[in-house]
Amino acid sequence: MNYPGKGLVDGLAVTARNFVGSYFYTDRLTTVQYPEERVQTPENSRTFPFLVFDESPDKPRCTACKICEVECPPKCIYIVMDRDEKGKPRQQPKIFDIDISVCMQCQICVEVCPFESIKMDNDYEKSRYGRFNELMLRLPDLLKSNEYYRQIKPTEAAAVDAKLKAEAEAKAAKKAAAAAVAAAKAAASPPATPPPASPKPPEGSAA
Amino acid sequence: MITAPIANMTGKIETQTLEVSIGPQHPSTHGVFRMDVVLDGEIVRALKPVIGYLHRNHEQLAEKMAWLHSMPYTDRLDYFNSMTNNWAYALAVEKLAGIKVPERAEYIRVIMAELSRLQNHASAIGFLLQDCGAWGTPLLYAFREREKILDFFETVSGSRMMCNYLRFGGVRVDLDEPMLAMAREIVAKFPKFLDEFEKLMTTNEVVLARCQRVGILPKELAIAGSISGPVARASGVEYDLRKVDQYGVYGRFEFGVPVGPVGDVYDRYYIRVLEMREALKILQQALRDIPAGPAQAPEVKLRGFKIPAGDGYGRVEGPKGELGFYLVSDGGPKPYRYHVRPPSFINITVLEDMCLGHKVADAIIILGSIDIVLGEVDR
Amino acid sequence: MEKIYQLLHALLPSVPVWTVWIAAFLIPIGFIFGVYLTIFAFTTLVERKALGRIQNRYGPNRVGPFGILQPMADGLKILLKEDIVPRAADKFSHFLAPVLIVVPGLLVYLVVPVAPGMVAVDLKIGVLFALAVGTVSVIALFMAGWASRNKFSLLGAMRAVAQVVSYEVPTVMAGVAVIMAAGTLSTLTIVERQGGGILNISNWYVFRPWGLVGFVLFVIGGLAESARCPFDLPEAESELIGGYHTEYSGFKFALFQMGEYLAGMAMAGVTVTLFLGGYMGPGSGPGLVGGLISMFWFFGKLTGMIALNIWIRGTWPRLRVDQLMGFAWKVLLPLALVNIVAVGLWHFLTPRPVAWVVTTGWLAIWVVVLTKCNAGAALEKREYRYI
Repeated sequence: MNYPGKGLVDGLAVTARNFVGSYFYTDRLTTVQYPEERVQTPENSRTFPFLVFDESPDKPRCTACKICEVECPPKCIYIVMDRDEKGKPRQQPKIFDIDISVCMQCQICVEVCPFESIKMDNDYEKSRYGRFNELMLRLPDLLKSNEYYRQIKPTEAAAVDAKLKAEAEAKAAKKAAAAAVAAAKAAASPPATPPPASPKPPEGSAA
Repeated sequence: MITAPIANMTGKIETQTLEVSIGPQHPSTHGVFRMDVVLDGEIVRALKPVIGYLHRNHEQLAEKMAWLHSMPYTDRLDYFNSMTNNWAYALAVEKLAGIKVPERAEYIRVIMAELSRLQNHASAIGFLLQDCGAWGTPLLYAFREREKILDFFETVSGSRMMCNYLRFGGVRVDLDEPMLAMAREIVAKFPKFLDEFEKLMTTNEVVLARCQRVGILPKELAIAGSISGPVARASGVEYDLRKVDQYGVYGRFEFGVPVGPVGDVYDRYYIRVLEMREALKILQQALRDIPAGPAQAPEVKLRGFKIPAGDGYGRVEGPKGELGFYLVSDGGPKPYRYHVRPPSFINITVLEDMCLGHKVADAIIILGSIDIVLGEVDR
Repeated sequence: MEKIYQLLHALLPSVPVWTVWIAAFLIPIGFIFGVYLTIFAFTTLVERKALGRIQNRYGPNRVGPFGILQPMADGLKILLKEDIVPRAADKFSHFLAPVLIVVPGLLVYLVVPVAPGMVAVDLKIGVLFALAVGTVSVIALFMAGWASRNKFSLLGAMRAVAQVVSYEVPTVMAGVAVIMAAGTLSTLTIVERQGGGILNISNWYVFRPWGLVGFVLFVIGGLAESARCPFDLPEAESELIGGYHTEYSGFKFALFQMGEYLAGMAMAGVTVTLFLGGYMGPGSGPGLVGGLISMFWFFGKLTGMIALNIWIRGTWPRLRVDQLMGFAWKVLLPLALVNIVAVGLWHFLTPRPVAWVVTTGWLAIWVVVLTKCNAGAALEKREYRYI
């Protein structure tokens, strides 16, 4: 039944249904009163990177290999390797800066890291009052424990832990196998006779 | 002196044209966009779009970075549909490098692209009606549905809009059962919103009076101007890359592509509504038929990825039109030349022809009906 | 005012007459200022909350419980803003225009009765006064646009003036129908004529065929005159070029908004008086209790009309200027003239059922004819093919 103005009245009916429904159904009132209520972000949600350490912040998983610095598209990471007193590299970062006003949250640094040491955080409340120094995250700000990682991303952390454990086991097994092979070789081959104390060299000893 | 006006009174009344600059800060121009309009009273006599306020040097940046590194930058081109942009770039690279994509990854790509189309069209018609003057109501209904799709994107890829989800040879993260269930729920609930929205707006007399017979784009002009996407299809051009190229696995799905008769603002609005319904059909089929398998081709390296020398053009049917990437490789880790064919940029070129003879208020809705996004226009 | 004067004089015989006279003068004015300005303040809040609920969100709810103190916050904010006057502007007109917009809106309330005998001024030409004074704000619109020395403001102002003036005509014609039926221009008498009948409701003019058409015309005209959606082109001019209130800031801008809302509520009040029976409802009558019940009915109906305004604002988009004018001159004005003929038929056809049938038939025929002639906004039959 088509009367003039029917489209207008239909529109009013839809609006009225939404108005009344907003008092009874939550899918007609989708507001979340931030900051008193917060939406639970999904597990995969990513904002800015952080560095994982296993036992203590002095021993992060990061070895300062600089792969993430090279692969970062907007070049927001700056790493300087730690060196000990003699100048030998210590396989740990001394300086690890991420400028989060430049970081585009692309997650490529996470994908290319061979040591599972840089992961994505899901903390989005990063507003600061200053523009320059405060938006630069330095090494102490970035280091967070593996417990924290397990808390924010359980499945991913479990997978990473399993992988690291498997790698460690494989390495240990290989080392044990190599040691066993070396020991077997040492046992099988004739013992290398130590030279006698006399200055006279033994005759015919195997070279 | 008094003689001049009397002399003019015997002839025509002299009027002056008014030059107005609409934008770049404006609630209704969908981004930083300026239009220099020459008005004769209320009627538009000339219109010149002025762009470049959002130029971020995307193409030159990509020529300095490795192939993979410009994938997150393609998210930011048409910032509403990051999945589609990623797919166009990945298609171009896969064509050049000869990478074969596994089946499951193709189905996932189709699901993501069609969901992207749904949320883009919802927001486009919401904004169009907001420009018409409905104070926020259709916009917020459309955004209520869009939020569910964006939540799904966040669950899958980690970010709502800048997904960075596709990789050469597949997708970055595989979809598991809870994610597929979430997608199925979105698809199940969407038709109800579409029905309610249509009841609110499609037969509304005010919308009809504002949008019918306004901003007609003739079919010949659409073809001559390389217009693509819903704008061209509303004018009667029967061209949809999903049917023409059948890239990905689109050849396996049964869906229609609506083509409109007249090509005015109302047609462009209604074609988008019909396309949303067709996208729901594709999604139902894809979610039903998705096979098991790997989600990424294993031979693609993450670091040090090189492509043999050559050039290639990869294009997809984005929600705004044909989005294409032209890549020239010299065998190294970086592109030699990287060019984007943005649909919004090419669709704006006919804005003046559509607006001539109409009033200023119409110029705003015509711009809204082309559905531009400045990230794409300016790159 | 007369009744209050009598009442006060009877209660306090020893007080000199001129004091009583001044008191009787000030009390209704105080009532108007107090009640209607408070209703205005809370209408702004209720509108935002209702629009929010329509759009699936909360309205303001931070300032005070349920956002009740939001109007105070808005008022305080706007008082503290800097008042910028352009250097080349015509200072006197620039200052006078916002004042001139608010005053006529308030003046209309003088003739709107809220209870039996309770009208601020019982004019014998009440309806004429209300409609005429309501139109004075047109001058203020144009003054605002002209005094700003800004060609965009001038364009916007001219458009707004054209809109208001062209919607005056069908509005007044619709009012003429009521005047013909009631036989008087006095608002108090019109409301009294709508009493009686079943529960004091069935005699409302909106339940007559010509009254229904007149009511629709008056509501549409009222929306257009106070520049509310779907006719808010002057307000939304700010989107395109610049409305008549571009060059105003601070409290003068607030006065423009107040003028718009007050005009809207005034038109709602006049609509209630002419068509919806004013204060008539079950239980309204003279005396204290009857008077209070009448006030309850009047303000209830006023709230209903304001709610209708807000509902319409949340739903429909706005019309373009030429469509707006076409609608007024090509559809509403013929309908208003036809309505006047309908009232005449109603009055002179003696058996009531015959009058009902003939009047309804006459109006229905003309509505159909006018819709067919102005089929510009009909949905065209279009074929969408699929490839």
